[in-house]
Amino acid sequence: MAKTLEKVDVVTVGVGWTGGIIAAECAKAGLKVIGLERGKERSTADFAQVHDEFRYAIRYELMQDLSKETITFRNNRKQEALPMRQMGSFLLGENLGGAGTHWNGHTWRFLPYDFEIKSITDKKYGKNKLSDDYLLQDWGITYDELEPYYDKFEKMAGISGDGKNPFQGKRSDKYPTPAMKKTPILQKFEKATTDLGYSPFMLPSANISEPYKNPDGEQINACQYCGFCERFGCEYGAKTSPEITVVPTARKTGNYEIRFHANVVEILKEGNKVAGVKYVDRVSGEEFIQPAEVVVLTSYVMNNARLLMVSKIGEQYDPTTGRGTLGKNYCYQVLPGATGFFDEQMNVFMGAGALGMSIDDWNGDNFDHSDVDFIHGASISMTQPGVRPIQMNPVPPDTPTWGSDFKKASIHNYTRTLNVGGQGATMPYKENYMSLDSVYKDAYGVPLLQLTYNFTEQDRALHTYLTKKSEEIIKKMGAKTVVPGSPLTDYDIVPYQTTHNTGGTIMGTNPENSVVNTYLQHWDAENLFAVGAGNFAHNGGYNPNGTVGALAYRCAEGIIKYSKNGGSLV
Amino acid sequence: MPDNEKGLSRRGFLKTTGIAAGALVGGGLIGGLVGYNTKDNKQISNVMTSGEQHGVASSRARMFFTNDKDFMILSAATERIFPKDDLGPGAIELDVPYFIDHQLAGNYGNNSKEYMQGPFKAGQSTQGYQSRLTRAEIFQQGIAKIESESQSRFKKGFSDLENNQMDEILTAFQKDEVPMTAVSSAFFFKLLRQATLEGAYADPLYGGNNNMDGWRMKNFPGHQGSYAQVIDKEAFQKIEPKSLSSMQNMQH
Ligand SMILES: Cc1cc2nc3c(=O)[nH]c(=O)nc-3n(C[C@H](O)[C@H](O)[C@H](O)COP(=O)(O)OP(=O)(O)OC[C@H]3O[C@@H](n4cnc5c(N)ncnc54)[C@H](O)[C@@H]3O)c2cc1C
Ligand code: SF4
Repeated sequence: MAKTLEKVDVVTVGVGWTGGIIAAECAKAGLKVIGLERGKERSTADFAQVHDEFRYAIRYELMQDLSKETITFRNNRKQEALPMRQMGSFLLGENLGGAGTHWNGHTWRFLPYDFEIKSITDKKYGKNKLSDDYLLQDWGITYDELEPYYDKFEKMAGISGDGKNPFQGKRSDKYPTPAMKKTPILQKFEKATTDLGYSPFMLPSANISEPYKNPDGEQINACQYCGFCERFGCEYGAKTSPEITVVPTARKTGNYEIRFHANVVEILKEGNKVAGVKYVDRVSGEEFIQPAEVVVLTSYVMNNARLLMVSKIGEQYDPTTGRGTLGKNYCYQVLPGATGFFDEQMNVFMGAGALGMSIDDWNGDNFDHSDVDFIHGASISMTQPGVRPIQMNPVPPDTPTWGSDFKKASIHNYTRTLNVGGQGATMPYKENYMSLDSVYKDAYGVPLLQLTYNFTEQDRALHTYLTKKSEEIIKKMGAKTVVPGSPLTDYDIVPYQTTHNTGGTIMGTNPENSVVNTYLQHWDAENLFAVGAGNFAHNGGYNPNGTVGALAYRCAEGIIKYSKNGGSLV
Repeated sequence: MPDNEKGLSRRGFLKTTGIAAGALVGGGLIGGLVGYNTKDNKQISNVMTSGEQHGVASSRARMFFTNDKDFMILSAATERIFPKDDLGPGAIELDVPYFIDHQLAGNYGNNSKEYMQGPFKAGQSTQGYQSRLTRAEIFQQGIAKIESESQSRFKKGFSDLENNQMDEILTAFQKDEVPMTAVSSAFFFKLLRQATLEGAYADPLYGGNNNMDGWRMKNFPGHQGSYAQVIDKEAFQKIEPKSLSSMQNMQH
């Protein structure tokens, strides 16, 4: 029998970026908050010896333990879904900070266009630009409405940027810290894109350019460009992460407790509300019920959807009938790009996760789509994250993949290869969705999440077009051999692509088109909130977390309001 | 290099230990003896001064393979994947076989952080690893298959083959032409290739990348505290690599 614990004001499921932000804001407002985190405690002190490519980047030290829980996957409904037995396409987080510990720190605001994509597309290109199979919809909130929350997230995180993107939405303030260093590699990109008539700018970064104290009094240190950033924790406390910002902020209030090794298995529904959550202590194996006035799902895209599904809250999306919203509009990203082999050696091993320059000329609706058979686009960037020798063995075409020629070519080109890459937006498609698996279960007997996903015609068209643009840029940068990314085939869950999964618990204006309202409050249970990239109605041409952070701040505001007045927030 | 206790040429070393240089053909000599680095005086003197053991190569435990023959097959195969050349040492001198042996005995070999519950089905290639076997089991089977393939093609053990014969067999694995049970030979080859690169380039603390020579060949400086002062520089920075062990020494 599960043991029932004392009721709290707010419980969050998971303590990564969203869980941390909700905790900080609610605890500051005087609410008693408990964070249930399935993983363990960790802090900057754990990263003293983090410069270890093998352990962290290859063996995924900081990521989810798949022996306990994974997802199942198939490309389409005709296939049998099978478990993702090893990490690959995306790297799910676990332990304090979630994926917010091993992220890169690219911190974007989506374009104003993104939030009203359906209206703008219909108006500009007519209703048939994409077929009805693409479930395009507006988000129910505009960029201007979300702007204050973006600003709040950026100030909390100390984001470094130059604000020179001519396509960006209106900003109420500048970036809190100046842009990172414009290294010789970035200057090559700047020159090439300027010559091509584009408008390059420094990629907004959560690897901070100078020491910064945030409005909550948390100190973020200056980035050392150490080259062990994405997939690693930062030993300097220079990469903004939940465990150096919002988590200590919440703890300082005395209103916050995190319970580790607490794996939530169910949300307890009671009438038209929820009563709390059930969790298993991973160490003792005991079951507990944590009652709460408000339950917030902050367990990333996958588990936010899965917990709603196993708890039977909301209606599962059915691709045959089109009914239901839960699990709908799962999106990912496509990665157009081109690799360039140069003559000169470059300091490619130096860098930082979010050190880069970008152009937005081919993103969103920043160019006319009348003559192309896709909408949206991609931000195109040259990043200098610091590349490492196990993962980086670039060889020109027709080089064998092992043996003496491979050894020579991969060693020669390691310091002579650059990549121009885009983050291609993806549009929701009726066959791409999440549901519960009927065969495979996690270590606690709970069904795994099932992902049905493949690239679409829209994706292919966008990918081809943007790959050409990337090719032109890297050629202009002086590459001697240019290798464009190969055309998209079927989505493959094996190679790493991005951890930019979106959808499944989308936000919107009414229960027919969404799972939560624009405060991320569930339509079917007013004291239940679900926040994260799962709320995105489609995926944009950038990394998600700037928008995730903004939504979390808005959600926190909603929770605080709800705690006072109750009822629906919209 | 002088033929004395502190630094010994390869030939001198072989003479002293009584191993015929001919045993090196095919690169398959017991990796533990050949895998020393001529520049690494300390390690050689350790091996040399067997009478007055004042330390042994600390990272050369054999944790997985019990049989020397299997270990030699593994060694020879990794050396073909990452051969010694004018740029520098190959897999054997880098101690890659020991690295792989250690990995197979741990989380990697046992797939401990991976979902290993059934039912197991073949699936599509886009669905990834679906074998019921652990990596340790795949390597065990793969090494045996390399040997039986060698016997059936050339009537010789794999580590006695000529380089081109070894390459022929490894290519057959890569092209999925060798039948294996519950896993494909192409998949085994992929694991072997990847593990070889990991052993060549992981921090030497893991037992491979002997003397950081993998990093040195590739101009990767390993663990450096900060590049903040040099990242602005246009010129390529040649930096002597550092292992994480330098951090550990700091703590003593
Ligand atoms: C390698 C990598 C690089 C990235 N780079 C960028 C980038 O440059 N820019 C960007 O914008 N985004 C990036 N991201 C994405 C970014 O990390 C996420 O947007 C962000 O972490 C999402 O926050 P979250 O709170 O939704 O999830 P997370 O931060 O992952 O936190 C979820 C937490 O919930 C816990 N949890 C899950 N299920 C349960 C359960 N049942 N019970 C209890 N606890 C549970 C998990 O253990 C985890 O700690 C990157 C991600 C990865 C993996
Ligand atoms: S690159 Fe900068 S932010 Fe990233 S881990 Fe290194 S010091 Fe920290």
